[in-house]
Amino acid sequence: MKQLNAIVAGVGSVVQLMARALAYLPTLPRQRARFIEQCYLIGYTTLPIVAILSFFIGTVLALEAGYAMQDFGAKEFIGSLVGLSMARELGPMMTAVLLAGRVGSALAAELASMQVYQEIDALTTMNIPPAKILVLPRLAAVLVMMPVLIVVANIVGWFGGAVVARYVGYLGISPESYFAALRSFTRFKDVVNGMEKAEVFGFVVVLVCCDIGLNTRGGPREIGAAVTRAVVVSLVLILVMDYFVTKLLL
Amino acid sequence: MDAATAPGQTRPPSPGAAHAAAVAVDRVAKSFGARPVLQDVSFDAKPGEIFTLMGPSGSGKSVLLRHLAGLESPTSGTIRINGQDPTLDLTRDQVRIALVFQAGALFNSLSVYDNLALYPREHRIGDARAIDARVRHALRILSVEDAADQFPAELSGGMKKRVAIARALVMEPQLLLYDEPTSELDPVMSATISEIIGTLKHEYAVTSVVVTHDRDLALTISDRIGILMDGALISLGTAADLRQSKDPRIIDFLNPRIDIQHPRFKKLEGPPPGPAHPSPSHP
Repeated sequence: MKQLNAIVAGVGSVVQLMARALAYLPTLPRQRARFIEQCYLIGYTTLPIVAILSFFIGTVLALEAGYAMQDFGAKEFIGSLVGLSMARELGPMMTAVLLAGRVGSALAAELASMQVYQEIDALTTMNIPPAKILVLPRLAAVLVMMPVLIVVANIVGWFGGAVVARYVGYLGISPESYFAALRSFTRFKDVVNGMEKAEVFGFVVVLVCCDIGLNTRGGPREIGAAVTRAVVVSLVLILVMDYFVTKLLL
Repeated sequence: MDAATAPGQTRPPSPGAAHAAAVAVDRVAKSFGARPVLQDVSFDAKPGEIFTLMGPSGSGKSVLLRHLAGLESPTSGTIRINGQDPTLDLTRDQVRIALVFQAGALFNSLSVYDNLALYPREHRIGDARAIDARVRHALRILSVEDAADQFPAELSGGMKKRVAIARALVMEPQLLLYDEPTSELDPVMSATISEIIGTLKHEYAVTSVVVTHDRDLALTISDRIGILMDGALISLGTAADLRQSKDPRIIDFLNPRIDIQHPRFKKLEGPPPGPAHPSPSHP
């Protein structure tokens, strides 16, 4: 019962924070510098790790699919399997997981530290709402950068699959055949659906991590606890939301 | 919020420009869970006055200050700043309340200059030149111009305090709250901070509430002093009233003496660690 109360209180707190942040939407053009800084942190600095991860997801997908499909004489369809899997599922989900681990943890730590060291109180006494200058630019930045990260993840993942399909001995599929199969089964709508999913994941991860950071109480030890909680809650939410958003988009 | 300054004009804090705020605390009590922290506290601070709250550590001074800043709501009783509830955003719009935190609470990701410029930028008080003039003026008053480009992590404790006061000054506050402004500072820096608080009162006619257990600071700069003990206000008066007080708690607080014959020291004495009785096997 106590845990249920905590979950309900947490959901309420996140919804309130979202409402407060979105109420300051008209101020976003004046916060260009903060928005661009957050785009840089969320997008640019995450890009290399997203690319590396996606490349190897693509390679493993091609390797496993090729191994299983060669028995049925269907290894020419590796491209379609890698294409669809990356676009619809693995691209958005793995990018969101990376976002939670890399951006979400840093964000929770920063805001928790600001709370513990009274910087948030200082903002409040200055009548500068934290939701306006700390939360809104991050939410806007994640909505802008997630599609960019997904496009990169998809392209690099597809390319990784093509490399394996071409150079691994028992596959030996030419890039032309690989990409022809990929194009014939992967529609633009699949890529868009993946982006929509990623937008939801990214928005929720940033919102939850901001909320956990801003609600941190106590001393420096609680900063570490807040980071752990932010990452764990984000990962659980990504997996739970994945089912429901996929169901909605199908 | 103040009207914006015309482009190109500067608007440094001007003596008497900001009308000082009046503080009224009426029968305030605060509990955290079952633990009472403040009990039936009442006082008022007149506009332009320096009101000091003294008391031993853990007596509830800082909690009371957070109430005045609108960061806490009382369990019972009322607090009014110029007749308004300080927890409301509307009040903060109409009455500028600045709090100088004990540890400074400077924004670590911003330079000293940007720490000071944040308030006028966010509230769009003047154009860039006006904001620059306002910030430089505050830096000059606190003699921290040279630190403008430094980050808080690069500053000493005394510098942080001065930057925190400068940041408060940029707001042109009507009510200036100080939380232990001289803690962790050497005597010279403490005296400097005391002078600054006194100067700000005379030059800017701001109401100040100072929380401290620095006896010298309190007795030097205060118009009136309240003594908090165990969450209750046990005395309220001028420095002269306080010096003449016959209350043994106040006498003991203001003139602490180290008396190793006192019973509290005797409690620390005891047998050295080890067995209370020699073992029978020992000769």
